[in-house]
Amino acid sequence: MTSFPWAPGFIDGGRPKIVTSRFQYEDSHTLERYLATGGYEGLRSALARSPHDMHEEVRSSTLLGRGGAGFPAGVKWGLTPDGVFPRYLVVNGDESEPGTYKDRLLMERDPHQLIEGCLIACYAAGLSRCFLYIRGEMALAQERVAQALNEAYATGFIGKNILGSSFSIDVVLHWGAGAYVVGEETALIESLEGNRGMPRLKPPYFPAAIGLYGQPTIVNNVETLSNLPFIATNGAAEYTSIGTESSPGTRMVAVSGHVRRPGVYEIINGTTTFRDLLYGEEFCQGIRDDNDLKAFVPGGGSAPWFLPDQLDLPFEGRLVGAAGSMLGSGAIMVMDSTTDIPAAALTLTKFYAHESCGKCVPCREGGTWLMRILERVVEGTGTTDDLDLLLEVGGSICPGDMPHAASADLQLEATPFPYKMTTICFVGPSAYVPAHSALTLFRSEFEARVASSRSRSRIPVTVVGAGS
Amino acid sequence: MARLTDENVTLAKEIIDRYPRAKSALIPLLHIAQEQDGWVTDEAMRHIAELIGVTPAEVLGTGTFYEMFKFEPVGRYLINVCGTMSCALLGADDLMHAAEEELGIHEGGTTDDGMFTLHRAECQAACTEAPCLQVNYRYRFRTTPVEVRQLISDLRNGRLEDEIPPHGTLARVRQHIPADRGVGAVDPSRVTSPPEWITASAEGGAS
Repeated sequence: MTSFPWAPGFIDGGRPKIVTSRFQYEDSHTLERYLATGGYEGLRSALARSPHDMHEEVRSSTLLGRGGAGFPAGVKWGLTPDGVFPRYLVVNGDESEPGTYKDRLLMERDPHQLIEGCLIACYAAGLSRCFLYIRGEMALAQERVAQALNEAYATGFIGKNILGSSFSIDVVLHWGAGAYVVGEETALIESLEGNRGMPRLKPPYFPAAIGLYGQPTIVNNVETLSNLPFIATNGAAEYTSIGTESSPGTRMVAVSGHVRRPGVYEIINGTTTFRDLLYGEEFCQGIRDDNDLKAFVPGGGSAPWFLPDQLDLPFEGRLVGAAGSMLGSGAIMVMDSTTDIPAAALTLTKFYAHESCGKCVPCREGGTWLMRILERVVEGTGTTDDLDLLLEVGGSICPGDMPHAASADLQLEATPFPYKMTTICFVGPSAYVPAHSALTLFRSEFEARVASSRSRSRIPVTVVGAGS
Repeated sequence: MARLTDENVTLAKEIIDRYPRAKSALIPLLHIAQEQDGWVTDEAMRHIAELIGVTPAEVLGTGTFYEMFKFEPVGRYLINVCGTMSCALLGADDLMHAAEEELGIHEGGTTDDGMFTLHRAECQAACTEAPCLQVNYRYRFRTTPVEVRQLISDLRNGRLEDEIPPHGTLARVRQHIPADRGVGAVDPSRVTSPPEWITASAEGGAS
């Protein structure tokens, strides 16, 4: 297991690697290194067969989208209506989910791999222009991708008649400007059209039908596309030999918070358990200061929380869904026994309340209500009525049963994912999820807080300074 | 208060040409305006509106949705201290206190000399390296209050000029599509048939 000064955050555990195989090289972002390590072989292999064959190869790889929803990429490509052209590829590099980062590393460390993935996708699905939307705050990623695009144009990997074939395409780098909601694919398209980044009404549920400029549009995540060169080079069979049948390949997972060795790991999909990740020698090596684990968020800030009860679940979408949460964007945030649970929930609810685009009333109003109620509780000015109000307001965003984890101590059974929602996108529900999880699994902490009259102007989330 | 310079107009036109519809260049052009002046001026927005054929109100309407665009002057260095979950769990508040003390301003403020603006930011996608901050979108990972004070002192004394450009400058490497290699953007209403490689390769590969 190794880390590299040029890839802060990434930890190489020596396991089979698909998307991070070049991170060991300091110059992994250059065309020279890329070509020396098998780069653009997948594109050559794709161009040697028909687009239809290449699409079928990706379909049979069962490559699942890595942006959050986990929809199979090959199936998504097939959702475009017959005979409607032009079709576009929009790359979602607007990574902003709390706890998550892997797309940023992939763009900074291996931009050619992403570009090659874009080319393979466009070739296979008949997409005639590619827009690579990168989050505005990621200055280095933008520089690295711009440099790689310039190199690829200069050497004939992008542009007219790529490698002497009839395949011609432009890949256009686009800057974002700071808005979490733009990660939602229809909001991403609105933003790319030069508008406020507000999600579109559904149906249509997929922009594959009506997307950019009203045309069929495939939106794929950076990590999803970064898997394609491997699949095109080595074939779907080799890809599916890693991981499990329902979740093949690998996944990049960021583990942050109160662990000894936080980091971004490329793990085997479907079999690695949360216990492996949090306590394993090759991963996070346990909780800081030998503290007890209190709770963890298994799939980015939008995911319902897990307790130590769920540690032995594998990192697998269906099982995690049945246990009351979701894998989302591949981000685990760990809270140890020193964590002030209501304050921790507040930081997340505040995030989503702040990032509401304002289109749907339940989110625009409800998110702020939830934040203010939690602030009162944390500041010590809340009442027991506030706890009921929290659930009532949340219920207007997510009516019916909310997913949550099982707890042996609380004699609580799991309610499986997903929730119902009264909003167009997931920002509104995401403001409620942390509040609901915290209140359901740690109600006594809230009750103790509303009973006390202690008031504080500053709100430390945890005991600081004891960490590793 | 400035329209875009001739050099930036050339750059803007190159960017506009990459999109099938000019309005798509709105956000990239606002970044160029912000890079030119350090913030987005009314004059620049009017100029952008002319360049892409929309009203100035549309430029403002889109621009104000996005956190990164500033419509009044900010410091040469914008310090964004991350305050979301993982950073909050590991001491983001302490970083903010140190920055507030060192700069003599509160969160959201700008120093009198126009050097620094201090903001609390939402998740910066560096959660395993918490607590973190960005200065003009350049990262500082696993930062301590002592390091924050040192950083501010270094910025004040011009010791980080090379590494951290003034506010507004994002990527210092830009995409450039060579005229002889680019395919070019076509208005979607003028395309009805599948791309060439799809029709050409019905029987086999494209090459």
